[in-house]
Amino acid sequence: MNEIINIAINILLDPFIQTILKIVVIIFMFVMPLATVLTLMERKWSAMIQDRVGPNRANLPFADNFRGRGALHIAADALKSIFKEDFIPRGADRFLFTIAPYFGFAAALSVFAIVPFAAPIGDFTFQITDVKPGLLYIFAITSLGVYGSVLAGASSNSKFALLGGTRASAQMLSYEVFIGISLLGIFMVYESTQISVIVDGQNTYWFGNLIPKWGIFTQPVAFVLFFVAMIAETKRAPFDAPEGESEIVAGYFLEYSGMRFGAFMLAEYIAIVGVSVLMVTLFLGGYHIPWLHLWESAPQALVTILQILKFTLLSVFFCWLQLQIRWTIPKFRFDQTMALGWKKMLPVAMANVLVTAIIILLAN
Amino acid sequence: MIAIEYLPILILIGLGVVFATIFTLAGILIGPKRRGQNKEMPFESGLPSDGLVGQRYDVKFYMTALIFLIFDVEIVFLYPWAVKFREMGWFGFAEVLIFMVLLLFGLAYAWKKGALEWE
Repeated sequence: MNEIINIAINILLDPFIQTILKIVVIIFMFVMPLATVLTLMERKWSAMIQDRVGPNRANLPFADNFRGRGALHIAADALKSIFKEDFIPRGADRFLFTIAPYFGFAAALSVFAIVPFAAPIGDFTFQITDVKPGLLYIFAITSLGVYGSVLAGASSNSKFALLGGTRASAQMLSYEVFIGISLLGIFMVYESTQISVIVDGQNTYWFGNLIPKWGIFTQPVAFVLFFVAMIAETKRAPFDAPEGESEIVAGYFLEYSGMRFGAFMLAEYIAIVGVSVLMVTLFLGGYHIPWLHLWESAPQALVTILQILKFTLLSVFFCWLQLQIRWTIPKFRFDQTMALGWKKMLPVAMANVLVTAIIILLAN
Repeated sequence: MIAIEYLPILILIGLGVVFATIFTLAGILIGPKRRGQNKEMPFESGLPSDGLVGQRYDVKFYMTALIFLIFDVEIVFLYPWAVKFREMGWFGFAEVLIFMVLLLFGLAYAWKKGALEWE
């Protein structure tokens, strides 16, 4: 019996096995559930804002017509899209049409590779991998996401889809620039692009123990710019000109049906979760709970649980905030989207970098 | 050593590919297949599709791509400075200031020429 336990412990200590376990836990127990619940939350929340009931019809006939306040719609939606006809329009480039959803999915998922969920215990980190380039890796990955929309738009042989694809390419490329420039301030304050260094840098305080040096306090302008740019990067309202429901129907993924359409939708919701965890990690102290270090006798396990709890709650808050923004702010026209980016956000972001540099150099 | 650090990222990308493959195959294998001339037409709000898709489109998109290239390269130059600028002090700051002002002239020029207008 002891031997079996020993073998099990040895297996668990293997770094590779640990990595696989972390991926399974983070993706299948945090990201995917949150993303699927968000698909329903979005519909329910929009219904509440618009004074409707929202989805509540799906029921279990064999269990007393159990409805669960619409919760069954998650399963109903998935089943429905699986049993819908999957078709490719005539004249479409079948290969590009097929691989387009892959880019969105892979890009959305790989953001979570470098996000820490709690403080490391000894050698064990609550982070899948802590690559040195850190955020530069995130930039590279978000750039990959552009291919998904562009290929989907260009391969569909549909004018609406092509319009959506070109708009998506211009919008996502532009806002990538603003994401990059707005985060320069964060790099300057915490002197690194590595996620673990940035998160630990947010665990220090101003004026003794008064104000934690969170990104939102050290870089308030970057906080707003980065959040806006990330919402534009996910192509959701108010920046939804590439999808433009009222003019080009669904934009770049107009010709997708059935489960392939589902793949685009799920990738979008995973991207929402990705934006949320990045916001928490970069601007709200990551997993660090402010002033917790004052309680010196805190048991390690409790601290870890509290950290995971804080991280999760704040992530859910940012997911909710994105839903709220989508359903309260009227959408921008495409020219307004581009003007906001190049004419307002770019100068402000560059000024933010210079002001940050001057303040830090003066303080030294 | 580097390879081990980056392996999980490859696994995650692989996971994304597996997900997308399952989604694609599920639709192809389980869904019904009923083809029809009208159904295979590209969707244009119910009107018959007219003309070709591969038409010319607005030159603005190329302009945006060009400006994007300029500024993305700029940011790439700024990253090393942003991480190490405390050690470089005011001298490094002055250098970056000159660099940024030059680029802002570029932005002002593009702005004045109307490359940022979407009318």
